[in-house]
This record gives sequence, structure tokens and C-alpha cells, in this order.
Amino acid sequence: MPQQVPRLIAVFVVAVAALLVARGLLVPKTFGEYGHYRGAAVDSIAARPIKFAGRQVCAQCHGAVDAKRQAGNHRGLTCEVCHGPAEFHAAAPLEGKPQIRRDRGLCLLCHAFNPSRPTGFPQVDSLTHNPRIPCITCHVPHAPVPPVTPRDCSACHGGIARQKAVSHHATLACTTCHDAPEAHRENPRSVRPTKPTSRAFCGGCHSGMPEGGMIPQIDLKSHGQPYLCWQCHYPHYPEAGT
Amino acid sequence: MSDQGMDRRAFMGDLVAACLAAGGPVLLGMVRVAEAQGTASGEYDPTEHYYGIGIDVAKCIGCARCVAACKAENDVPMEPYYFNTWIERYILRTDGEVEVTSPNGGLDGFPPIEGEGQILRTFFVPKLCNHCANPPCVQVCPVGATFSTRDGVVLVDESYCIGCRYCIQACPYGARYMHPEKHVASKCTFCYHRLVKGLVPACVEVCPTSARVFGEVEKRATPLARFMRFNDIQVLKPNLNTRPKAYYANLDGEVR
Repeated sequence: MPQQVPRLIAVFVVAVAALLVARGLLVPKTFGEYGHYRGAAVDSIAARPIKFAGRQVCAQCHGAVDAKRQAGNHRGLTCEVCHGPAEFHAAAPLEGKPQIRRDRGLCLLCHAFNPSRPTGFPQVDSLTHNPRIPCITCHVPHAPVPPVTPRDCSACHGGIARQKAVSHHATLACTTCHDAPEAHRENPRSVRPTKPTSRAFCGGCHSGMPEGGMIPQIDLKSHGQPYLCWQCHYPHYPEAGT
Repeated sequence: MSDQGMDRRAFMGDLVAACLAAGGPVLLGMVRVAEAQGTASGEYDPTEHYYGIGIDVAKCIGCARCVAACKAENDVPMEPYYFNTWIERYILRTDGEVEVTSPNGGLDGFPPIEGEGQILRTFFVPKLCNHCANPPCVQVCPVGATFSTRDGVVLVDESYCIGCRYCIQACPYGARYMHPEKHVASKCTFCYHRLVKGLVPACVEVCPTSARVFGEVEKRATPLARFMRFNDIQVLKPNLNTRPKAYYANLDGEVR
């Protein structure tokens, strides 16, 4: 064996050993445990304290008010939506209380009118809807309902009412086309109002009258077959003639 | 001559022994730590879970309670530049123009829309880290400080992150930011500290309209599985092959 080979092997072995020692010292202990990361990091993130106690906890002490909420229109909410993070209160009930906001601002976070909100979500125009009176004067936050059965459809369907008011159908009442049973006003989701079902319904005004009047006339037999009128025209803001 | 030869052989033998003595415990130590960690997790077993989130755009009312709850739960700085989750308002105009705004993540509400007559459609879209199954942020991290856990959550190891910002650049969803105090990359953790306690993330906890649905992706009888079965599901930027696990229902084609 040439003299260099054992020396080279020795150097190589020393280098590998140095590498192993350095790696052992530099690489964190749990690195590579589950993947290319420090396994202990998962545990340290999992050990962070929680702030929101969760939906099960509040009812353990506040059962009565929770039962009331479950039966009302706020049944989908958890207590901490309005009362804020409450783990500190759940952990030590006497040490501190969660927030109880009684101002309009909290309710308006969700219920202020905003055209981007989905249709049918209960919204009010804050400037015209009893301005400056706290919402809880008339509405019970744990089981909110309108204090009186709404008379006008626009109380809930404000977006549609606003749009209809500037359309050619402004003078028509909602009940011209929809039959809204009394039960719908008291419990909106129990009974739905009716909608027109046939072309002939729209044809009652828009067909068979003399030409040249205020109401645009079409020939029901030839116009837009085989579609229903509202598949092209939006009845609350009819596009034709605008 | 022979003395010299024996000396070299003896030296080599000593060297090998020294190497084993130095390196062996290190190797053995690694194995031992791995064994210990495997059993130390207690009740929560990450291999039994694989998390995703469902978001129903048609239910979002843009109240930003999720944003507020997230900031409270995860100590996200209150300045209007740092969000784990945020609300975007889309306004599609009749002339085809699309406006996307998110003033302070939606926390302060959204200003009235100008030119209401020219709106084709408008809606809110909650955004957050998509917890991709194929995450670009994890691929680019040079030190292994960001990673996918076995239960499908993308996390940042704050004590190991060097703050190079590669992951912030790599995220196609803009879901990461540089934490101004810790000087490390930060992001949504799916409230991992809540998951291990059997709770849902704070944003899901407080969503008043149940627009957010959290749960297991691969199990059948879970709220998320039902949500995915009964809705047409879209993900953001599917062409990037990131395989996001934020599943959107009723998502408009304009949302990116």
C-alpha cells in the first residue's frame, strides 16, 4: 500500500468525524423527526395559550341565557362573537368579566346596511332606523326579533325596495306580484311569499293592451319564447326601455 | 521498521475508535430523541387528522369578527398591515371593471360604494392561508423553518426562522407577513394551539353566519365533508398546483 493512502484515509476519517460532531452540535435535536423541520416547534406552537374559550364552555354556568339564545335568531352565534374572548373569565370567573357592549356600534358591525352583504340578511340603515337609540332598547340581543311585526316589506327587503323605488315598477306594491301570508311577517322562514309562475302573469299588463301607452307591450306568442319573463328581465328593476 | 508500522496501525485503530466514540453517541442520541418525542404527544394524535377549511362566500356579511378574533387569539399586531385572515370586498361594475378593497382587513367596516347604479354584483370574500398540500412557501424556505405538519397545517418555527422573506415572496395568496416585533415570517396557524385541545380556530368560532366551516378533509361524516359534498367547491389559483385546503363555495370567477 502506498504511504499516501493510509494518510488520506486518516484525513478523510477525521473530516467525517468532525462533520458528524459539528452536525450533532449544530442541528437541533428534533430536526428531521417528522420531516425537514424541528419537531419540537410543533409542540411549542401547540402550547400557546388560548383566548377564546369555545362554544361549549359558557353554557356550563350561563345555561339559561344560552338556552334562550339557542331558541332565537342568534342561535348560530357563539357568546364570544359579541362578548369577546372569554377564556380568562372561564378560567377564573371572579377575576374579570368579558365585555358587555350596549352601544349601537356593536350591532351595526353586522346589521348596518351594506350592498355587498348577502340578500336576505337583516340590515338597517343606521341613519334612518331610530338614530342614536341603542338597539337593545327595542331588541333583545339574546333572542332578537323585530319589536313589532313589520308592516312594510321594505323593513326586511330594503335592498329590493330601494331598487324598485327607482324603477319603472315603482308604483307597484309588492303584493301585486307576491302573495305574502301573515305568517311570513311573523316568522319569515316558516312561510315563503309566492312568486309569479307564468308568462301570462306579466302578460296581464304587458300584452293585449293598446300600443302607445305608458306600459311597454309585447306579443306573448312571439316575444322571447320559450323563456319565462324573469329569465331575461329583473322584475324589481326591469331593464327594457331604461 | 516494524515498530513504526505498528505505531501507524495503532494510531489508525485509535483514530477509528475515537471517531466512533465521538460520532456514535450523536447518532444514538438522535434515535433516542426521536423515540421519546413519538410517544410524548399524549392524547392528541396528529396522524389521525387532516385539516381544511370551507368558506361559503354567499354567507359572508363582511363583519370582520373573524379578523378581530384572529388578532386577539394569535397576538397579531393591530397595525393595518398584518393579517392572518382578512376580508376583501369585490365590486363588479357593469362595464367589466373589478374593484377589490380591504381597508384595514375589513376591521373598520367598508366605506359606502360610489356609483351604486353601475354595480353588477358585489360580495365579500374572506381570505386566509390556504394551508396548501403542496406549499410553495415550504419549498423555498432555506432552513426548514416553515413546514407542513402531519395533520396538514403549514406552520412557522419562530425560533428557527432567519427572516429572509423568501416564503413571503413565494406565497401566491399573500397570506404571509414579516412580524414587526419578532422579525420572523408569520401567518395563519389554523389556531393549531386550539386544534390540539379539540377546539376550532378562533375565526370559525366567532363567524356569526357560519360562513366558515372547519374540519377534516378526508373523513366522511364531518361538517367540512358535508359542506364539500353539497356545494360546488372552488379553490384559489388552482392552476398553480398548490393544492389549497381552503375550499370556497359560491366563489365568483373574478376572485383570485
